[in-house]
Amino acid sequence: MNQKRVILEGSHFMNGDIACAEGAIAAGCRFFAGYPITPATEIAEHLAQRMLEVGGIYVQMEDEIASMAAVIGASYAGLKAMTATSGPGFSLMQENIGLAVMTEAPCVIVDVMRGGPSTGQPTLPGQQDVMQAKWGSHGDYEIIALAPSSVQEMFNLTIEAFNLSETYRVPAIVLADEVVGHMWEKVAIPPAQKIKIVNRKKANAPSEAYAPFMPDDDLVPPMACFGEGYSFHATGLTHDEHGYPQTSSSEVQQKLVKRLCDKIRKNADKIVRVEEVLLSDADIVVVAYGIVARAALSAVRKARAEGIKAGLLRPITLWPFPENHVAKIAQQTKAIVVPEMNCGQLVREVERAAKETPVTFLSKLGEEPHTPMEIFEAIRRNS
Amino acid sequence: METVMAHPFAKYLREAMMPHIWCSGCGNGIILNCFVQAVDELQMDLNKLVVVSGIGCIGRAAGYVNTNSFHTTHGRPIAFATGIKLANPELEVVIISGDGDLFAIGGNHFIHAARRNIGIKVICANNFNYGMTGGQQGPTTPVEALTTTTPYGNIEHPFNLVHLAAASGATYVARWTTLHVRRLTQSIKKLLQKEGFGFIEVVSPCPEIFGRYNKMRTGLEMMEWFRKVSAIENFSDPAKAEITPERIVVGEFVDIAKISYEKLIHEKIAEINEKKMQW
Amino acid sequence: MRIEIRFAGFGGQGIIKSGIITATAACIYSGKNAVQTQSYGPESRGGACKSEVVISEEEIDFPKVIEPEILVVMSQHAYNEYAENVKTGGIIILDPEMVPHEKELKNVRVFKVPATKIAEELGRKIVANIAMLGAFVAITGVLDKEAVKESIKVNVPKGTEELNLKAFERGYEYGKNLLKS
Repeated sequence: MNQKRVILEGSHFMNGDIACAEGAIAAGCRFFAGYPITPATEIAEHLAQRMLEVGGIYVQMEDEIASMAAVIGASYAGLKAMTATSGPGFSLMQENIGLAVMTEAPCVIVDVMRGGPSTGQPTLPGQQDVMQAKWGSHGDYEIIALAPSSVQEMFNLTIEAFNLSETYRVPAIVLADEVVGHMWEKVAIPPAQKIKIVNRKKANAPSEAYAPFMPDDDLVPPMACFGEGYSFHATGLTHDEHGYPQTSSSEVQQKLVKRLCDKIRKNADKIVRVEEVLLSDADIVVVAYGIVARAALSAVRKARAEGIKAGLLRPITLWPFPENHVAKIAQQTKAIVVPEMNCGQLVREVERAAKETPVTFLSKLGEEPHTPMEIFEAIRRNS
Repeated sequence: METVMAHPFAKYLREAMMPHIWCSGCGNGIILNCFVQAVDELQMDLNKLVVVSGIGCIGRAAGYVNTNSFHTTHGRPIAFATGIKLANPELEVVIISGDGDLFAIGGNHFIHAARRNIGIKVICANNFNYGMTGGQQGPTTPVEALTTTTPYGNIEHPFNLVHLAAASGATYVARWTTLHVRRLTQSIKKLLQKEGFGFIEVVSPCPEIFGRYNKMRTGLEMMEWFRKVSAIENFSDPAKAEITPERIVVGEFVDIAKISYEKLIHEKIAEINEKKMQW
Repeated sequence: MRIEIRFAGFGGQGIIKSGIITATAACIYSGKNAVQTQSYGPESRGGACKSEVVISEEEIDFPKVIEPEILVVMSQHAYNEYAENVKTGGIIILDPEMVPHEKELKNVRVFKVPATKIAEELGRKIVANIAMLGAFVAITGVLDKEAVKESIKVNVPKGTEELNLKAFERGYEYGKNLLKS
């Protein structure tokens, strides 16, 4: 009668890392490969127990390079697969994240961000991997990254990451932070049948006619997995629709790389998610994500209480960046404040989209995220 | 009128990928041929076979065989194959890759996969250097050998791959040269039928790159070297099987039974679910 | 109303657990909203450690404690670090055995609970945090006693529920008596 052994349902008090692990199971993830690292270890520990209970695989690999490789392998063998890490491990994964992009392997990477560079501050929060999530692997590509700001969202957005990853055959990153990962809050888990689950488009062509990288109209190719009756080749080399390497054709390179980017760019409207609070009449707008958005919300409420027309735009998808949303509010508002736990990363995107509207950046490094008061002061100064 | 018969192994190869990239005198074709022969003799279900390779000349082998195949990043085929095997243990997962890929950049994955006893099979073409990038020193380059990055002679000690594999826990370990075609084929057949992590090293000629700097400019000269110095010593001590210019010990070194990781984890899953049923 | 509580001590004392039990009692067994956050050094045992809980009837935006109304403190180091950060009119609950040196503080009420001693009397020093929790519930009245007991039951290791509940009751009684005196 141990409740934990079935798929969870109902209200639970848990931390963000565990909510993420449960979200993965609810999403249908049945393979986890990882390597212990603070502050993401609890995801691995929880899945070491839970994966086997739901008939899935947990394997601790020798490092994060191997973890990412195993995840892609499992994805090609037909399972929904995930790994979880923090900054140093995320760096090690980058080359194989590029392989997942190139071979269009659906998979989820959770990065519970801590303070960097290098070993940095392992037990303290950071938002310093935002640009790495987008540009970390070499070559041009587009990727999906979601930033949860509550324990509930650690659950919800992990599911969303799997759904988007399966839809677009692209790695999806859950870009959390130490506070959200370790914080305990209530999570409401709906019955399994009420949770929206998306599975990859299966190959349905006869095996002789199957071209593994021939896209449909949505630019995403249907996917066969090993052992399903299609003998096909996949490679990290530039390849044609049949998966065959074409290392000296500029035409194939252009077509492939452009499609890999376009399948995300042209579908960005369907992927992008933001939360908008009190924006309709806002003179000043805070753009914040992750745990910082919680401080920003408190600051915006305080500003409103003091008669300042403040609002909050919270990007939930950091990548693709919600530039249309930012461009729109930039036209209506007098100033934008961007607090981040780094030296200025997403603010560059905000500035690009905001054009002439002045953008104030508020940096915070070290122990705590911004306090509501710090953000409120910035709102007041700029209003 | 003349009838053109298809090659008996044509069905195992992807014609669209030909011509291959390998130099004349290279041993990779022999290794691929022995592998295909073994697969044919075992009548393996090609749909259940996955060939994985890393980066390097032999890495292209995955693309040439007409099965499920994946050409991964440099050094990572074993880690990638681990994911495939655990996700679907019914698949037969074979890695065909080179000594630099498997033992320099990928060395860590090799020892850990062997330690875990994951049921994947590794065939390593050892050509003593990095051929694809033009002949640099690698983890198997003999002492004093000349390469483009050891112009004064190699001062590093090479790995003894069979010793490394045996010490790491592999259930099957063998070494052959590309001269030992029939024995290699039989050995691959054995490898493919083993439970757990198995390893075959194939000492392979690279006359165009390695040979040219080391006074063996043709495949024939390198094969002649293998012929002269190789000695079959089955189940001899792998620790004493270091490759030197004077001596290449070949044969089977390890052939033991050990339950595989994938079997153990699926037993655990079954155990947990049985307990669940009892509640 | 938003209430901020900080538990502090060193790793291994069950400081994080105290926060989790408190927050669980609030949000699962009392129908309120609660968030627990924590911070600790890179070492999981022995280093400085704090666990913070925000409880509110409304949705909680900022989850971290800014200026706590209540500080429950179980080490000298933590006392030195956090004693002066308690809100005016707030409460400090300390274990005098662990905090032998006090500062001159104005506008806070200080309650001394010999939780380590209580726990030792029960035979297990490890439950000192739970005795402290009992006193905290009695002194502050922030949470319903029964809700906290329910929360203890689900948050302590199987087989230790009775011992922990006993430690809680002893601490609770001690706290009640402190209020009377």
